[in-house]
Amino acid sequence: MSMYTGVPTVKRTAVYVYQTPVRIWHWVNALAITVLAITGYLIGSPLPSLPGEASDHYLMGNIRFLHFAAGYVFLVGFLFRLYWAVVGNRYSRQLFTLPFWRRGFWSELVHELRWYAFQEPEPRKYVGHNPLAHLFMVVIITVGGLVMMVTGFALYSEQTGLGSWQDELFGWVIPAVGQSQDVRMWHHWGMWVIVVFVMLHVYTAIREDIMSRQSLISTMISGWRMFKDDRP
Amino acid sequence: MATTDTFYEAMRRQGISRRGFLQFCTITAATLGLAPGFAGRIAEAMETKPRIPVLWLHGLECTCCSESFIRSAHPLASDVVLSMISLDYNDTLMAAAGHQAEAILDEIRHQYKGRYILAVEGNPPLGQDGMSCIIGGRPFLDQLREVAADCQAVIAWGTCASWGCVQAAHPNPTQAVSIDKVIHDKPIIKVPGCPPIAEVMTGVIAYMLTFERLPELDRQGRPKMFYGQRIHDKCYRRPHFDAGQFVESWDDEGARKGYCLYKMGCKGPTTYNACSTVRWNDGVSFPIQSGHGCIGCSEKDFWDKGSFYDHVTDTRVFGIEANADAVGIAAAGTVGAAITAHAAASAVHRIKQRAGAQHTEDGQA
Repeated sequence: MSMYTGVPTVKRTAVYVYQTPVRIWHWVNALAITVLAITGYLIGSPLPSLPGEASDHYLMGNIRFLHFAAGYVFLVGFLFRLYWAVVGNRYSRQLFTLPFWRRGFWSELVHELRWYAFQEPEPRKYVGHNPLAHLFMVVIITVGGLVMMVTGFALYSEQTGLGSWQDELFGWVIPAVGQSQDVRMWHHWGMWVIVVFVMLHVYTAIREDIMSRQSLISTMISGWRMFKDDRP
Repeated sequence: MATTDTFYEAMRRQGISRRGFLQFCTITAATLGLAPGFAGRIAEAMETKPRIPVLWLHGLECTCCSESFIRSAHPLASDVVLSMISLDYNDTLMAAAGHQAEAILDEIRHQYKGRYILAVEGNPPLGQDGMSCIIGGRPFLDQLREVAADCQAVIAWGTCASWGCVQAAHPNPTQAVSIDKVIHDKPIIKVPGCPPIAEVMTGVIAYMLTFERLPELDRQGRPKMFYGQRIHDKCYRRPHFDAGQFVESWDDEGARKGYCLYKMGCKGPTTYNACSTVRWNDGVSFPIQSGHGCIGCSEKDFWDKGSFYDHVTDTRVFGIEANADAVGIAAAGTVGAAITAHAAASAVHRIKQRAGAQHTEDGQA
């Protein structure tokens, strides 16, 4: 008999998942995306004209400044997040890796979809992302984010000019896609994809927080995943 | 055709004074964005260098490039450049016709092998074995390939030669293609625009003759000095854009006050050209100054990029036409409704589950 006889078996009901830098990144990124989407829409479809002298206003200039500033925050945040995937815990790597070849991933994905379609009595427990969330995060935030950054900085390079580092790094995108108007158009489509994703993300986070067997929203604040039951 | 005398000699023979000649050199230097000292180098080059033969071919096109070219702002520019370049073949401008004209092509090709410049206005149609453009009884494509084989460099005049333009617009029945699709082994300078600005055309040629090299080109093969910035970057209405003052509809107060034409679909922000600096017709005006947005005529496939009057243009992929905003708002609305429905269903489902669990517990008790 071991020395632990008589001590109640400790059940794991909470796991530290999201480290502080990941949580800070999440909320900074959420703010950046909000600012980017609103200002981006207003760049495509500007507010009604202002009266008076042009020298009295700088509305479009300010909106564009906010867009570019938030774009830089998104880029720096993305690079930081990539760094943290290397040095952070195992869950910090989920954003950049997809277990594409693991069959279990796809069967669990189906299970999760069935849970959302009311075909399963309860969802499975996951310390990190559930397979459906995992897939969406990789496709929208990583792949989608990269597309938005590359097209965004390509458009930004048009004003920083030929020879600027933005032009050197991203200027090739414009002829590769077609012309400037095409890049604008796809960047604009990307905004709507992200808007729809954010709607789904917020809804599912709230719903899972209430209906699943684990905490969601508080986890992205405290970092701890709380499980509501001890069943596997 | 005599092509051995210098530009200066040719000009003096045309009755241009030395003063007029130096004025032209100064204006050209300024147009090219060169320091004042370069006016002397241009003058020296023109006084000492033999004229370079230029063959100017016409494919599928409307001759608007030639029309623009002969209307250079400075009264001398077109005359001077025409004599400078020793325009040996240009079926619009030359006196010769028929076999006599076509013979010049062969003569220049052999006499100046590897030393002449090929200027191409228009483009070749590849469909029906090139039958949509026949010159001297043969497809233009054959003429283009032959003349390009022995040239030093190719100038692609206008959007036709550079990108394809209207004849290559969807559905492109003749399969017209830009010349870089058929000429692969020669340097090609793209001078797009429908037409290009006259001063840009003369400027490009003057640069090549003076410095005996190609102007610095951007990724798409356009001279940086004229196509390095967008119309929007140098537009005189730009302060209204930055302020947020737009023309909302034709003939409104904003239109009268000269506000920014962005909301009217102006393509200035996506178009690389020199219109807002060099302007047209001796610097008189350019489209935006006349109250109409830029239509982006120097950009690739500008005919196929949706309406000239929308900024957020339609997307044409997989045979569908859609506007990003229209689809985006519809998608967001649909997803929003779906979320609401799903949330309601989830609530009902949960209440049922709770009731079931309660029932089981009661039964056990």
